[in-house]
Amino acid sequence: MSILSRLQQATLALTFTSVSFIALAENTLLNVSYDPTREFYREYNQLFSQYWQKQGHEAPTVRQSHGGSGSQARSVIDGLEADVVTLALAYDVDALRQKADLIPENWQSRLPHNSSPYTSTIVLLVRKGNPKNIHDWNDLARKGVEVITPNPKTSGGARWNYLAAWGYALKQYGSEEKALEFVTQIYKNVPVLDSGARGATNTFVQRQIGDVFIAWENEAFLAVEQLGKGEFEIIVPSVSILAEPPVAIVDKNVDRKGTRKLAEAYLAQLYSDEAQHLAVKHFYRPANPTISNQYKDKFPQLTLFTIDDVFGGWNKAQQTHFNDGGYFDAILSKISK
Amino acid sequence: MNTLSPTTDHAITEAPWIKWSLIGLALSFLALFLVLPLAVVLYGAFEAGINVWWQAITDPDALAAIRLTLLVLIIVVPTNAIFGVAIAWAIAKFEFRGKTLLISIIDMPFAISPVVVGLIFVILFGAQGWFGPWLAAHDLKVIFAVPGIIIVIMFGTLPFVARELIPLMQQQGKDEEEASLTLGANGLKTFWYVTLPNIKWGLLYGVILCNARAMGEFGAVAVVSGRIRGETNTMPLHIEVLYNEYMFTAAFAVSSLLTGLALVTIVLKSMVEWKDERKHKTH
Repeated sequence: MSILSRLQQATLALTFTSVSFIALAENTLLNVSYDPTREFYREYNQLFSQYWQKQGHEAPTVRQSHGGSGSQARSVIDGLEADVVTLALAYDVDALRQKADLIPENWQSRLPHNSSPYTSTIVLLVRKGNPKNIHDWNDLARKGVEVITPNPKTSGGARWNYLAAWGYALKQYGSEEKALEFVTQIYKNVPVLDSGARGATNTFVQRQIGDVFIAWENEAFLAVEQLGKGEFEIIVPSVSILAEPPVAIVDKNVDRKGTRKLAEAYLAQLYSDEAQHLAVKHFYRPANPTISNQYKDKFPQLTLFTIDDVFGGWNKAQQTHFNDGGYFDAILSKISK
Repeated sequence: MNTLSPTTDHAITEAPWIKWSLIGLALSFLALFLVLPLAVVLYGAFEAGINVWWQAITDPDALAAIRLTLLVLIIVVPTNAIFGVAIAWAIAKFEFRGKTLLISIIDMPFAISPVVVGLIFVILFGAQGWFGPWLAAHDLKVIFAVPGIIIVIMFGTLPFVARELIPLMQQQGKDEEEASLTLGANGLKTFWYVTLPNIKWGLLYGVILCNARAMGEFGAVAVVSGRIRGETNTMPLHIEVLYNEYMFTAAFAVSSLLTGLALVTIVLKSMVEWKDERKHKTH
């Protein structure tokens, strides 16, 4: 193809994208999501588009925005017009209700499985051969081990990481004081606090910083199977947390834009068999128990505790640990001393 | 601009080894911090071949980012050029109270961190911000839409033209304009035939710098863009998205395009400087 015709093509494409954007407004969804779901939603959006057309509709356009879960929620509160949010944890979705009244109080019971079509957990990723001999959470508090985890203030995954370590310490040592001491030791070993899970993955995998990476199970699998085959190993700790990343329609936005029907179908289809299999392909644990059973061998079996069991739910955990003046602030001030 | 006469060798008192080690230091610094990164970008971009590069550039989301960046330039650069001429004119040709203060205020966008610039506009125009409810009631979108991106870039690049023109116009004074007006030309004619020819190289230089900065702005845009792929991602933001999605070749391809635009800017800038210098010599 000659350069000239390519240029013509490019110009045409430029013109058409600007025209089509206006025409498609009502058939367009904006999915505001967190960091590690990028690959999953890229494929799911195609799957959903096919489904929606089979139902006799025009092909929809689904736009994506990704970032740290906390900062993404903040953007929606500040006016980013998300039709659906698919964030890392319930607290960030609930913030849309608390801070801006964008969704009703019962949002989490509107869809099956606490509105989490897929779940995950927190595991440890180490370099090939496990040179620092890491086997469980207590190895992360050892002197001379560099730990990579993002900042819990901005990243949802980081909050799951923190709580998983805390839950382990609580079980192991029996008291809040001991747990605080233990988690402080871990954060003393953190050289960089990235703002999102994807940034932290890049720090560990691409920039080669750190000995152990506290990661979403799906990010750990992605690193092992796609980013650096044979360069990393997943270490499954003795216990970890059941991470439930929830999805929700942003009622105020869909009602204003007239996209409720499309948005509802988009989220409902996440529970379809095809989407559940797709979630597995991107290393998420499917919510559907039948499909989950089929992939028993793919995911390591370990003791998982929930946030409700150990921390009394997200609101309480957020207040005690991550809000201003919480335990995490205490940890940060101890480290800087 | 003063043209330096070339220094002759016997005027230099330093030992040759000092001279050569200084030159060597400067050159290796340049190689390490400018040439090497540039080479890495180009290598990364074309490593997988021209077709992969082309695909990355013509991907719909990349095209949207390119289009948005160009749109921003088309609006921001002329606006700031007009504003810059106006403010430089006011400062250079008139006397008024608070002039020194005004000169200092123009520099503010350079001093404020881009992230703070972004946050300022979120606080003003965000849904929870001062004007948020009013904007929502009138169905106007500023933050997380194109207007917000244009506003923060305009804010960040506002001083370039003015900064370039103020010393130039102050130095030139207002004698020529006054002569023109005395000879019966009106204000517009005076501006067009007297002022503009005098400042055209300085103006062009400011415009080029403004253009370069507007293309590359990241921090402030990241705060107000919402990072909607194919819609509110400018080229620098699109590069970050690609990098975060492990599409390194594509990230480098778009980077190479942005770098190419920057190089064109530098060439233009050098040409302007060269012409300007020649003009001064012939005078």
